[in-house]
Amino acid sequence: MQKPHLELSQLGISFPTPKGPFVALQNVNLDIAKGEFISLIGHSGCGKSTVLNLVAGLLQASAGGVILNQKEVNAPGPERAVVFQNHSLLPWLSVYQNVELAVKQVFRGQKNKSEMRDWIEHNLALVQMSHARDKRPAEISGGMKQRVGIARALAMQPQVLLMDEPFGALDALTRAHLQDSLMEIQARLNNTVIMITHDVDEAVLLSDRIVMMTNGPAATIGEILQIELPRPRNRIALADCATYNHYRHQVLSFLYEKQRKVEVLPKADAAKSPVKPAAKAPAKAPVKLAAEEKRA
Amino acid sequence: MSAIPTQWSRVQSYLPGQQQLTRWLKQSLLSAAGIAVFVLLWQLLASQITTSLGSFPGPMQVAQQWSGLVAEHKAEKAREAAFFQRQLERNTATLAANSEAVVSVRPYNGRPTFFSQIFTSLYTVLTGFVLASMLAIPAGIVIGLSPRLYSAFNPLIQLFKPVSPLAWLPLVTILVSALYQSEQPLFARSFLVSVFTVTLCSLWPTLLNTIVGVSNISPDLQNVSRVLQLNWLTHVRRIVLPSAVPMIFTGLRLSLGIAWMVLIAAEMLAQNPGLGKFVWDEFQNGSSDSLSRICVAVLVIGLIGYALDRLMLQLQQRVNWDKSAQLR
Ligand SMILES: Nc1ncnc2c1ncn2[C@@H]1O[C@H](COP(=O)(O)OP(=O)(O)O)[C@@H](O)[C@H]1O
Ligand SMILES: [Mg+2]
Repeated sequence: MQKPHLELSQLGISFPTPKGPFVALQNVNLDIAKGEFISLIGHSGCGKSTVLNLVAGLLQASAGGVILNQKEVNAPGPERAVVFQNHSLLPWLSVYQNVELAVKQVFRGQKNKSEMRDWIEHNLALVQMSHARDKRPAEISGGMKQRVGIARALAMQPQVLLMDEPFGALDALTRAHLQDSLMEIQARLNNTVIMITHDVDEAVLLSDRIVMMTNGPAATIGEILQIELPRPRNRIALADCATYNHYRHQVLSFLYEKQRKVEVLPKADAAKSPVKPAAKAPAKAPVKLAAEEKRA
Repeated sequence: MSAIPTQWSRVQSYLPGQQQLTRWLKQSLLSAAGIAVFVLLWQLLASQITTSLGSFPGPMQVAQQWSGLVAEHKAEKAREAAFFQRQLERNTATLAANSEAVVSVRPYNGRPTFFSQIFTSLYTVLTGFVLASMLAIPAGIVIGLSPRLYSAFNPLIQLFKPVSPLAWLPLVTILVSALYQSEQPLFARSFLVSVFTVTLCSLWPTLLNTIVGVSNISPDLQNVSRVLQLNWLTHVRRIVLPSAVPMIFTGLRLSLGIAWMVLIAAEMLAQNPGLGKFVWDEFQNGSSDSLSRICVAVLVIGLIGYALDRLMLQLQQRVNWDKSAQLR
C-alpha cells in the first residue's frame, strides 16, 4: 500500500494551565494524500487551530506526531506554509515586499534576482493582486490582504498549505470570490491543503474530505465526510444539487445534533428562559456565534 | 458641461478643506490668546514683586536684555575677528622680515557669550543623547527578546531609572577625573562629565520603551518569522526592529526631553560650560540686569526643548511606517 503524503498519527497535546494540564487534543489520526483538499470543521474552541499549528510545527505534540513524506516534523518550515486568519502581513512592507521576504528566504541560492522577481509577480498575478503591488497592507481591503497572504504562502511552493479560517473575517461576497480563486489555483497547482472553516457551504464546496471534530476537551476526529462532487465545481449549479445538499445536511447534523454545543448563558438570562435558546435557535445561528466569539 | 464641476472638485481636493482651515485658524487664535494672557499677567504681577535686585523684570525688560545679549555677542565676535586679524598681520610681518622665523598661531580665549553657551549646551546634549541611544536601543532589543535577560536586568533598570542627575554628577565627575588622564585631551573633562551625566539619566526611557516594543511583537508576526525560518539577524532586522520603531521613538522623545533638563541642571551644579552655567553666573553676579537675563535664558531653554521635541517628531514621522498613527 502507498504511504500517505501527510500523516497525523495518534496526535495529542495538553497545555499546562494553573489548574493542571489541559488535554486539548487526543488520538487524532488522519492520512492525507498528495493534492487532497481537507477541511477541518468543528465548534469554536474544539482545537482546530491547535491541529493546524501542530502540523505547522508551531506547537509541539505531547503525544504522537506529524509525518510528512515519511519524516517526522516538529519545527516550522516553509514547506508547510501557513495562511493566517488575520493575514499577518508585515505592515511596514509593501505587498510586493511581503511576498519578496518569503521568496528571498525560500529560494536563496536557487533563483537569481530576475527569476525571483518573476516568481513574485507570477504569484501576485495568481491571486489577482498585481495592480496593488506597491501598496502597504493598511491601504488595501481585508479581502486583498488575505489574497496577498495566500500569494505569500503559495510563493514558498509549499508541499502543504495550511489555512486557519482564511476567509472568516470577510464579507460574504468577498469570501465567495476568494473561494472561487482558491479553487482555480488549487486545480492548477494541485497543492495539498488543510483549511479550517466554520462555514458549512465553504467546506462542502471546496473540500475532497471534511474532517469534523468533536467538542473539547480531549477533542478528536468525530466523522470524516468524503465529498464526491465533480470538479470544477460551480456554486450556482450546486445550490440545486441534491448530493450537495445531502453533504451540507450531514455536516449540519453532525455539528448541531451529534456535537451540539451548549452555549453558556449569562445567569440572569438562563433563569428567565432556560429552554428557549436551544429550542429556538435556527440551524445556522450558533455557527455565527462561534465565529463572532473568535473574532472578538 | 459636466467636465468643469468634476475638475473643480479635483482641484478642491488638493486644497486644504474649508473645515481644516477654520480649525487651524481657531487653534492659532487660541494659542495667541493664551500667550497674550500670560504676558499680561506677567506684566501685572512682575511690577508687584520687589526683590533684593530691584523689581522683578517684566516682558519689556526681558526683551531689552535679549537685544543686549545679541549686541554683546556681536561685539565679542568683532573682538575675535580683530584678534585674528592682528595675529595674521603680525605673523606676516615677522615672516616678511625673516622667512625662517617660527610664528605661533594662538587661539582666541574670549569670554563665552550667551549664544556660544547655547551652542555648547546643544552640542553636549546631542552627544549625550546619541550616546544614550546607541547604548539603549541595542541593549533594549537584546533584553526585550529574551524573557530571561529581562528578568535578570529589570530590577537593575528599575533601581537606576529614578536616580536624579544630581546624584550621578559627583560619581561621574570623580570617575572621569580618575579614568580620563591624557596629556593632550581630545575632550575637556567638564564636557565629558556633562555628556556622561546626560547619558546616564536619559538612557532609561529609550531602554524601557525598546524592551516593551520588542517584547510585544504580535505573535502572528513571530509565527511568520518561524515558518520562514528567518535567522536571528534577519528576524531582528525585518520583524523586530520595524515593529518596535513606534515604541522606540516614544522612548527617544522622552529621553531627549530628559537629556535637556538634566544637562541644564548638571551645568549649573558642576559649573560646566553651557546655558546652565550662564544662569548660575548671572545668579551669582546679582546685578540689576541679572534677573532679566535669567528670564531670557529660561525662555530660550524652553524654546530649545520644544524645538528638539519637534525635531524628533519630524524624524519619527519620517521613519515610522504607521503613517496613520496619531503623533503629538
Ligand atoms: N497555549 C494554550 N494554553 C492553554 N490552552 C490553550 C492554548 N491554546 C489553545 N488552548 C485551548 O485549547 C482549546 C482549543 O483551542 P483552539 O485550537 O484555538 O480552538 P479552535 O481553533 O477550534 O477554535 C481551547 O479550549 C483553548 O482554550
Ligand atoms: Mg481557531
